[in-house]
Amino acid sequence: MNTRRLVAGLLSAALMATLMSGCGGTAEQTAAPTQQGEEPRPNEITVAIAQDLDDSLDPHKTVAAGTKEIMFNVFEGLVKPTPDGNLVPAVAESYELSEDGTVYTFTLRDGVKFHNGATVTAEDVVYSFDRCADITGGSSLVEALSVVTDVTAVDEKTVAITIAAPDNEFFASLTLAILPKGYEDQDTAPVGTGPFRYVSRAAQDNIVLERFDDYWGEPAKVEKVTLKVIENADSLVMSLQSGAVDLCAKLTSTQVAQLGDEFYVAEGTMNLVQALYLNHAVAPFDDLKVRQALCYAIDKQQAIDIACDGYGTPLGSSMYPGFGKYFLPELTNYYPHDVEKAKALLAEAGYPEGFDMTITAPSNYSYHVDVAQVLVEQLKAVGINAKIELVEWATWLSDVYSGRQFQATVVGLDASTMTARALLSRFESTAKRNFINYNSETYDALYAQAQATIDDAEQTELYKALERELTENAANVYIQDTANLVAVRKGLEGVVFYPIYVLDLSNVGWTE
Amino acid sequence: MKQTRNGCLTAGLILSGLMLLCILVGFFWTPYDPTAMESAKFLPPSLEHWMGTDSFGRDIFSRVLKGAGTTVTIALSIMGIAAVCGVAIGALTGYFGGVVDEVLMRVNDALTAFPSILLALVVISILGPGSKYNVVLALGLVFIPGYARVSRTAFASLREANYIKSAQLMGVSKGRILLVHLLPNTVQVLLPTLTIGFNNAVLSEASMSYLGIGVTPPDASLGYMLSEAQGMLGTAPWYAICSGATIVLLVFGVGLIGQGLQRREKGVA
Repeated sequence: MNTRRLVAGLLSAALMATLMSGCGGTAEQTAAPTQQGEEPRPNEITVAIAQDLDDSLDPHKTVAAGTKEIMFNVFEGLVKPTPDGNLVPAVAESYELSEDGTVYTFTLRDGVKFHNGATVTAEDVVYSFDRCADITGGSSLVEALSVVTDVTAVDEKTVAITIAAPDNEFFASLTLAILPKGYEDQDTAPVGTGPFRYVSRAAQDNIVLERFDDYWGEPAKVEKVTLKVIENADSLVMSLQSGAVDLCAKLTSTQVAQLGDEFYVAEGTMNLVQALYLNHAVAPFDDLKVRQALCYAIDKQQAIDIACDGYGTPLGSSMYPGFGKYFLPELTNYYPHDVEKAKALLAEAGYPEGFDMTITAPSNYSYHVDVAQVLVEQLKAVGINAKIELVEWATWLSDVYSGRQFQATVVGLDASTMTARALLSRFESTAKRNFINYNSETYDALYAQAQATIDDAEQTELYKALERELTENAANVYIQDTANLVAVRKGLEGVVFYPIYVLDLSNVGWTE
Repeated sequence: MKQTRNGCLTAGLILSGLMLLCILVGFFWTPYDPTAMESAKFLPPSLEHWMGTDSFGRDIFSRVLKGAGTTVTIALSIMGIAAVCGVAIGALTGYFGGVVDEVLMRVNDALTAFPSILLALVVISILGPGSKYNVVLALGLVFIPGYARVSRTAFASLREANYIKSAQLMGVSKGRILLVHLLPNTVQVLLPTLTIGFNNAVLSEASMSYLGIGVTPPDASLGYMLSEAQGMLGTAPWYAICSGATIVLLVFGVGLIGQGLQRREKGVA
């Protein structure tokens, strides 16, 4: 009895000690930035990510957007994107385009090194393109590179890339990662030229990146980044609160509301066009008046306020502000919220009493489902009785996207490359991705004209005309570019947003 | 027959009666439109909003009234399907025995071996998700084996009773024996099973909606509300507490009735 009591006492004492040391640890951590002379904060950060990088880490084979988002820090192409939507030389130092617009000649930058220590040569560039474009026939790994007909190393520092026909937007696909020739383990131990090098991955737990000291450009601010995989939304909030995580992107406004004083929120955009997409092949959405009535019936700002706590940028066409050059802000309020006008248009279209409709929404995306719920309420005011049908993502892809069996759906569409074409090509009447069955001769003609134009300014104008056409024709009920809310620990700075789906960690660093 | 005081039964009946009253009222009247997004978000409970408001500014009390109605309706439908089919199968196998009994009961065993939620998910993925009727059907099917087993035992134990034998000798039809002579006598055993079954159905509906395959928004059901509330535990704890407590009260009330019935049965025997 006595011994048992003693053991219990010892155990509880031990427990107390552990608890207290635990407390002591956190106190030290929070006190560190203010007290001089204390042990300096290690120059590293922990970033939470929602999914493990479980597909191939080989950048030419990676499919998952979440993997590409992180590996952006490890790989670079001849050119790389900037936060303002431009492309700047990276592995290449400069390039020349031939008179006929089909041959790009790149001069490589001096002293660019791979993470394994080797210097980048023209041979590596040829290897990387050969691998993806598959010039010798067969299918190309990267769709956009199928137009490449020839890649040759002119000399040690020069590469010439030939394409079948002049194409303004081919340049955007030159962000293709340059890989060392003859290295076989890209799948599991990737080697690139980016500001961070890949160190290790523990499945379902973490991925470690370290600063690449021989990087040709501005070195990364932190020495080490640990990417912690936290799939559950609630444990994510707890990890942030407990101090285990310093940075996390793509939080919901509800999660943000639960963060303590140790964080600030950087707000960017997800680069999505979230809209109530309408199936133009199905009555009554084939009627312009009905579509316009829907546009007038919806209050975008209210939807953003209720479903997203006011975070989000209202949109009026299939283009988001991240693409500064192409974005037309005046389209956003083309259809102001006007219940009376909506009712009048519905009456003209032959639906004075409104009608019943079904909105399909992917159940795994709460921000689409939440917005759909607000839309249902707003549509009630004009007599439209909408019902929500929740489907799994796989079902959405097969039934709605591929099968085109739907009336209306709330989703966000993104751009796969940094080109206006990526967002606008799907509305061409014969496009495979035209799941809303949009069919407008004017649009098709303008689109063909845009593709045939080589002059950039002229092409930009044509793309703007396409956006206007979509808005005037009330192609879809455009809502917003959803906000990307990033929780950042105070003292940490340098989160920048890109118009594509990447998380750039190279600028992130502690201020003291 | 000595009737002892049965506290469980009385308490259960009172609690369930009150809940039922609220639900009935909820079918015809709620203080606010349960889907209207008119108030401010995350209002704590007050005199205007008894249970506060949710992330869309909807009145939680109205949603709980409506949601409890949906949940109970679904639970009753599930129980209806499961009990009718289950008792029918149990009666046939229990009374006739033989090969049919063996085959059906082994199938029954196989079905019981799977966790019921998993089985329901399989059925739903076959029927297609996104409709509450499919959820009712799926859960109804999943609960059949339980009822079949209990009623089989009841019917089998009475099969050899003297009054059944006399009925058989008198040439009473088999259908009449099953329905008129056997069924009423198994009620004592079946009633507690029904109450437990109802509770399981309520909880399963809640779990299905919680997983996002039951009721579709903006309709309310207790389980769906609970899943919505999960993300707001820190900011609006009253949402989770109110919808969770309603489930608890529902299940507790019916559970008490079941307990009471069991006690009464023992008293009688």
